[in-house]
Amino acid sequence: MPRKLTPWLLLIPFVALLWVPLYNRMQPTVAGFPFFYVWQFVWVVLAAVLTWIVHRGWRA
Amino acid sequence: MSAVRFDGTALGVFAFFFLLVTVLGFFAARWRRGDLSQLHEWGLGGRRFGAFVTWFLLGGDLYTAYTLIAVPALVYAVGAYGFFAMPYTVLVYPIVFLTMPRLWNACRKHGWITSADFVEGRYGSRGLALAVAVTGVLATMPYIALQLVGLEKVFEAMGLGALGIGKETPLIIAFVILALYTYSSGLRAPALIAFVKDAMLYITVIAAVVIIPIKLGGYGAVFDAAEKAFATKGGDTGVLLKPDQYWSFATLALGSAFALFLYPHATTATLSADGPQTIRRNAVWLPAYSVMLGLVALLGYMALAAHIEVTDGSMAVPALINASFPPWFAGFCFAAIALGALVPAAIMSIGAANLFTRNIWRAYVNGHLTDAQESRIAKNISLLVKFGALLAVLYLPTKFAIDLQLLGGIWMLQIFPAVICGLYTRWLRASALLAGWLAGMVLGSALAWQQGLKPVYTFVFGDAHYGIYIGLIALALNFAVSILMTPVAARLKRERCPDRTQAIDYQDALPD
Repeated sequence: MPRKLTPWLLLIPFVALLWVPLYNRMQPTVAGFPFFYVWQFVWVVLAAVLTWIVHRGWRA
Repeated sequence: MSAVRFDGTALGVFAFFFLLVTVLGFFAARWRRGDLSQLHEWGLGGRRFGAFVTWFLLGGDLYTAYTLIAVPALVYAVGAYGFFAMPYTVLVYPIVFLTMPRLWNACRKHGWITSADFVEGRYGSRGLALAVAVTGVLATMPYIALQLVGLEKVFEAMGLGALGIGKETPLIIAFVILALYTYSSGLRAPALIAFVKDAMLYITVIAAVVIIPIKLGGYGAVFDAAEKAFATKGGDTGVLLKPDQYWSFATLALGSAFALFLYPHATTATLSADGPQTIRRNAVWLPAYSVMLGLVALLGYMALAAHIEVTDGSMAVPALINASFPPWFAGFCFAAIALGALVPAAIMSIGAANLFTRNIWRAYVNGHLTDAQESRIAKNISLLVKFGALLAVLYLPTKFAIDLQLLGGIWMLQIFPAVICGLYTRWLRASALLAGWLAGMVLGSALAWQQGLKPVYTFVFGDAHYGIYIGLIALALNFAVSILMTPVAARLKRERCPDRTQAIDYQDALPD
């Protein structure tokens, strides 16, 4: 991906977490957790991964 | 089931850890030794904290005792809505990643230690810098007071009232100790203590989220029980959001994420890093704490599933700890929460002291301070700020601190245009920003007041209801005024105030 574009990746978590109807649901559940919670926990990790990708692009 | 349990073992374990960090706090003055009569040494630890120390320091700073008690308390009371803390603490880090390295670079270049220093240098406006400093100090005071409330809950749950010493005495002791080592060691004290605090907190949280659900029949059972509990309460809330909560959930998360790093304690801990790459690395790794916060929030549901009944929601977690763990481990957990109060309280008082000394005292009272005088004033202010908070907690109703803290978040957001936009452009004029700030402060406070000190204002369009975080509404007005007034200000006043920064100041310095 061109270096100039990578910072825009950081917008994705904003869409994923602020567009609430996207994930405000019970099913599917994972290990007893409703999807609402699964999605939020998964996005903690994904947002960190995206930040890491942008960070790498920064240094390169 | 009683929320309060007095037990000698629990108290012993608690006292042990409290003593340990007291020793650490005083020892910290010698750690990475620097000349503590310089404000940047006392108040920023000499800007020498690497990625590892900064991770613990910021983690210990942002995830406060109040958070650990208030977030599950909110979840216990209203369910999914309380989880806005989760998107909030995820979205804050991309913002930090983009903005804070620029602030660090400019501040390092010019020897600035507060965001108000930066604003003064950037816009050449002491008035705007004063607005930024006053906002920071005002918003921080009630936040410190709430850390004390967190301590108070812990002492209450440990049944110290039964000893006949009341809950004031331990609170006063804890705070005097905190005040003394902050005075002598500066930012090094919370940085060192944060290691112990965060390690204990992770152990507490992992133990809680593994052991308690096993006792309650697994997470599925916890969520089911919580949903039933909300249904019996009337079903206005639940483990999922109701459609009319969508907007308030999202705007609270977004607004809080924008506000967090404007707080003096967050700025102070960020500027104490040893470089912009340290800050970026931390933006990648700090979300580990957000996972922990999410797990802590779940304790609110576990308290419901365990049939913990407390009238004061902030006792939900302490009561759950007492009900679920043997006394020695309960003592350990309570110590973790109590340290969770001391670390941020120390950093907050330092952040407020830096602001007051640099941007109020030196700017308006005595402009010819020597470095040693400046550092001494900051130390004294840090004491004053903490005792003010202590008096507030002892003599004013808790609700007062909570309400003020809520207003504090709304206020903090109002320095966003001056500080964050200022990192990228100087197009906005200082006087226009000042007008915008004032408009935002007034509208934000007035709306919050009119809503009975609630953070959300509901717009009604026909049948549709949109609850929006008041901080963001005020910020929108703030931006509108700042933008519209800028051409006016430019016409009234032709000469530009000097900008002491250059574009290159915001870039990472080239390696030597």
